[in-house]
Amino acid sequence: MATRSIGQLSPFNVVALTLGLAFLYLPIAILVIYSFNASRLVNVWGGWSTRWYAELMNDQAMLAAAGMSFRVAAVSATAATILGTLAALALSRGERFRGRTLFSGMLYAPLVMPEVITGLSLLLLFVAVQTERGFWTVTIAHTTLTMCFVAVVVQSRLGSIDRSLEEAAMDLGCPPAKAFLYVTLPIILPAVIAGWLLAFTLSLDDLVIASFTTGPGSSTLPIRIYSEVRLGVKPQINAICTLIVAAIAVVIVSASLIAKMSSIRGESAAPL
Amino acid sequence: MMARRLFARPARIAAIAPYLWMALFFLLPFAFVVKISLSQTAIAQPPYVPVIAIAEGGWAGFKAALAQLSLDNFRLLISDNIYVLSYLRSLTVAAIATAIMLLIGYPIAYGMARLPARWQPVAMVLVIVPFWTSFLIRIYAWINILQHDGLLNKTLMALRIVREPVTWLSTDTAMYIGIVYSYLPFMILPLYASLAKLDIGLLEAAADLGCSRLKAFWLVTVPISLPGVGAGVLLCFIPIVGEFVIPDLLAGSDRLMIGQTLWLEFFTNKDWPVASATAVVLLAVLLIPLLVYQRLQQRQLGTD
Amino acid sequence: MDAESPKPEAMPVAATADAPLLRISSLTKRFAGYVAVDNLSLDIHAGEFFALLGPSGCGKTTLLRMIAGFETPDSGEILLNGDNIVNALPHQRPFNMMFQNYALFPHLTVEGNIAFGLKRLGMHASDVKDVVAQMLALVQLEGLGKRRPDQLSGGQRQRVALARSLALRPKILLLDEPMAALDKKLRESTQRELLELQRKLNMTFIIVTHDQDEAMTVADRIGVMDHGRLEQVAPPRQLYEAPRSRWVAEFVGDVNVFEGKMTGEEQGRVMVETRDAGTIIVPKPQGADDGKTLCVAIRPEKIKVSQRGPVNDLGGSAAINRLAGVVADVGYLGNATVYSVKLDAGAMLRASVSNTTRLDADSYQIGQRVVAWFVPADCMVLEQ
Repeated sequence: MATRSIGQLSPFNVVALTLGLAFLYLPIAILVIYSFNASRLVNVWGGWSTRWYAELMNDQAMLAAAGMSFRVAAVSATAATILGTLAALALSRGERFRGRTLFSGMLYAPLVMPEVITGLSLLLLFVAVQTERGFWTVTIAHTTLTMCFVAVVVQSRLGSIDRSLEEAAMDLGCPPAKAFLYVTLPIILPAVIAGWLLAFTLSLDDLVIASFTTGPGSSTLPIRIYSEVRLGVKPQINAICTLIVAAIAVVIVSASLIAKMSSIRGESAAPL
Repeated sequence: MMARRLFARPARIAAIAPYLWMALFFLLPFAFVVKISLSQTAIAQPPYVPVIAIAEGGWAGFKAALAQLSLDNFRLLISDNIYVLSYLRSLTVAAIATAIMLLIGYPIAYGMARLPARWQPVAMVLVIVPFWTSFLIRIYAWINILQHDGLLNKTLMALRIVREPVTWLSTDTAMYIGIVYSYLPFMILPLYASLAKLDIGLLEAAADLGCSRLKAFWLVTVPISLPGVGAGVLLCFIPIVGEFVIPDLLAGSDRLMIGQTLWLEFFTNKDWPVASATAVVLLAVLLIPLLVYQRLQQRQLGTD
Repeated sequence: MDAESPKPEAMPVAATADAPLLRISSLTKRFAGYVAVDNLSLDIHAGEFFALLGPSGCGKTTLLRMIAGFETPDSGEILLNGDNIVNALPHQRPFNMMFQNYALFPHLTVEGNIAFGLKRLGMHASDVKDVVAQMLALVQLEGLGKRRPDQLSGGQRQRVALARSLALRPKILLLDEPMAALDKKLRESTQRELLELQRKLNMTFIIVTHDQDEAMTVADRIGVMDHGRLEQVAPPRQLYEAPRSRWVAEFVGDVNVFEGKMTGEEQGRVMVETRDAGTIIVPKPQGADDGKTLCVAIRPEKIKVSQRGPVNDLGGSAAINRLAGVVADVGYLGNATVYSVKLDAGAMLRASVSNTTRLDADSYQIGQRVVAWFVPADCMVLEQ
C-alpha cells in the first residue's frame, strides 16, 4: 500500500537534497570558521581571533589587487549590462536579420567556451594591435564574457513578457522606443539588475581570462590569491576569501530585498 | 509573428552595438589564434614571427606570406605524446566528471522539483548561491579540507575509518571532487528546469495505466527530462575539457589536462605558436558539442 | 444576394446617408503559407457597434490588428474619414484596443494604467487626475484606483482595461474577444453594460468575437468571416432569419438543411423534391427554375412536433409541410426540448420545442411516431 501520493517528497528525495546542499555549503562554512582561527597553523584550532583580518589590512599588494578587481568588475558589469540587454532585445524582439544565427552563436558560445581559449585569443588580439595591457584590456575581456550571461538572463525574462503589453503601450500613444522605456524596461528591470550582479561577481571571480589579458604590475584579486594558494594554505587567504564571500552575500541579500520592495510598491518603482 | 514587425527596426538598431562588440572581441581574436598557430616561434617580444603581414600588401605579398605559413606546430602536437595524451586525459576527465555529476545531480534536481511549490524557489536560490561565490575560493576551501592534516583526514581518523592520514591533495580524487563541486549547479539547474515542468498528472496517468513507480519514472520522467540532461551534460562537459585551475590546484602534476598544457606553453615556455595551435585543436575537438549546445540554447530560448 | 430577402436590409438609421467613418477596401494579408484576410472590403459608420464573428482562424483578429496598426496589410487600403492610414503606426492612429487578456501593465496601479495614454499626450497632471476619476466612475471602480492589476478580480481587470482604452476617447474602440475570460453570468451582464456604455458615449465600437450570442446581443451589424472573407454583413436578425449562404446558416445558430431539386411552382411557392426528406414546399426564390438544385434550411425552433400534425391543413397557399418519422433522441435543455426525428424518408431532423408548461404533457418518448410540421414561410432557400 502506498501511503503517500505520487507527487510527494519521499525520504530518498529529502536525503538527496540535504546531502547535496551540505556538499555545496560545508566547505565554505569551514573556510569562514577557520578564518577566525587564532593559530598560525591553519589546521590547528587556536581559539577565535581576528588577527588575520588585521594582517590583511597591511597587505598592500592584496589591497591594490582588490581595488583593481572591484574597479574592473564595476565598469565591465555596467558595460556588459547595457550590451547584454541590447543583445537580448535584438534576439527576442527582432525578426530574422542578416547574420542573426551568427549573432546568437557568438552570444551563447562564450558561456561554455573554455576560458583558456577566450583568454588566449583576446590576448593575441591585444598584442596584435599593440595595446598596453592592464585595467582596460581586462575590463574589455570581462565585458565580452559577462555580457553573454546578461543577455541570457534578460532574454529569458523578455521571453516571458506578454507581447500584448508592448502593443497596448503603442496603442495608447507610445512609439516603439517609448513603449520599451515605459513598459518593457520596468518589467524586466529585476532581470537587468540580476544580470548586472551576475556580471559583477563573474568578473570578480575570473582568474584565467584576467591572467591572459592583464599586463605586468596590475594583478586582480583572483590572480593574487591564486599565486598565494599555489604556495599553500595561509590564514590570511582564509580571511580574504571570507571577506569576498561576505561581500557577495550582502550583494545577494540586498538585491533580493530590492526586488521584494519593488514588487510591493509597484508604481513608485517605475519611472513614471 | 504579431508585433515583431513593429519592433523589427528598433531591434535591428539594438543589435548593432553588441554585434560589433562580439565580432571584434570574440570572433576576430580567433583569427589571430589561427594565424599565430601557423607561425614560427621566435625568441622576441611578441615571441613569434608574424605571417600574413598586411603591410606587405598585394598578391605577391600574400603569396609570399602563404609560403611562410607552417604546419610545424600542428605536426608537433601530433608527434609529441604529451599533447595527444593531454587531449585524451581532458576528454576522459570531462566524461567521468560529467557522468558523476549526472548521477549526483539528478536525484537532487528531482528532489527539488518534488518540493512543495513555495519551497522550490528557496531550493533554487540555495543551489545558485554557491555559484555566485568565487570559484577560486571554493577550490581553495577544498584544499583546506583535503590537506594532509586537514578536516577530512581528522574526521576519518576520529571515526577510525583510517589509521593514518590519507594523501588526498595532488590526486585525481581531489580533482574530481573539485570539478564536481564547482560544476554541480550547472548540472542541477537545467535538470530541475525540465523536471519542474513534469506534470504530476502524467505520473498518475502512468500509474493508472498499470506502471509501477519505477517503471513510470523510467517511461515518463526520464524521457521528459532528456532535454535538461542534454543541456546539463553539455554545460559541464565543454568547459571541463578546457579546465585549468582545478587540475592545477588539486591534481598531481604528472599528467596534465589540455588547459594546463596550453597554460604551460604560453606562460612558462613562452611558446605562443604552440599554445595557439593547442587552442585551435581544442576548439576543433569541442566544435560538435558546441554546435549541439547552440541548437539546444536556441530552442530553449525560442529565438528561432 | 440571390437568396430571398423577406425584409428590407435594416441599416442603422444614423449611418445610412453619411460617408463611412472607416472604409476598408480590398484588404489582403498573407502569413507564411496561408491567406489570413482575403481581399476584404467593409464600411464602418460612426456610432455603430460592429461585430466581427467567425470561427477561430477565420482572420477576424488579424483584420482587427490591421485596423489597430499591429499588422501591415499586403495590399488594400484602410481609410479613416477618407484618409489612408495603412502606413500609420499604432500610436499614430486615433483608435484604442481592448486586448483579449486585457494587457494591463503589471508594474502600474489601476490609476497608472488608465493614465498611461493621457500622460503620453502630455496632458497636465491635474487634468489626468480628473479624467482618471471620471473613467473609474464610468466603469464603477471608484476606490480601487490604488490597487495593482494582480489584486483585482477578472471582472474588475476587464473594467480597468475598458476604462484605459476609453480614456483617450478613441474615434473607434477595438475590442478583441473582450469577454472570453469571464464566466457566463458575468459575461451577460458585462455585454449589457458595454452596450449601454456605447450608447451613452455615442462611440464607434468594433468587437471581435467567436461567440454568436455575444455578437447578437451587442452589435448593430455583424460581419461573419470565414477563410479571410466576409460571408455576410447584416444586422443580427437578418443574419439569423435570412442567411446568405448555407455556411452562414449553419454557423449562426442551429439549422436543418436538405438538398433537393425544384419540381413545380404554384402561387409564389415552389416544390422541392429532396433526397431524404420528401417534398418540401418553400417560398419561391429569385431566378429559380425547374430542375435547379436548391438547399432548403429550417431552424429547429420553427418546427412543431405533434402526434398527428396540425388539424387544419388548408392546402394551397396555406399549405403546411408535414414530415412523419420516429423520435430517435430527446435532448432536454430546460427551457426547450430538442427532438431528433428519424424521418420515414431517411433524414434526421432536429426540432426544438419550448417547454412552456411545467408538466410534461406534451413530451414524446424515444421510438414514438410523430409528425414534424412547419409552414413554408419559415423555410429558407439557400445557395449551396
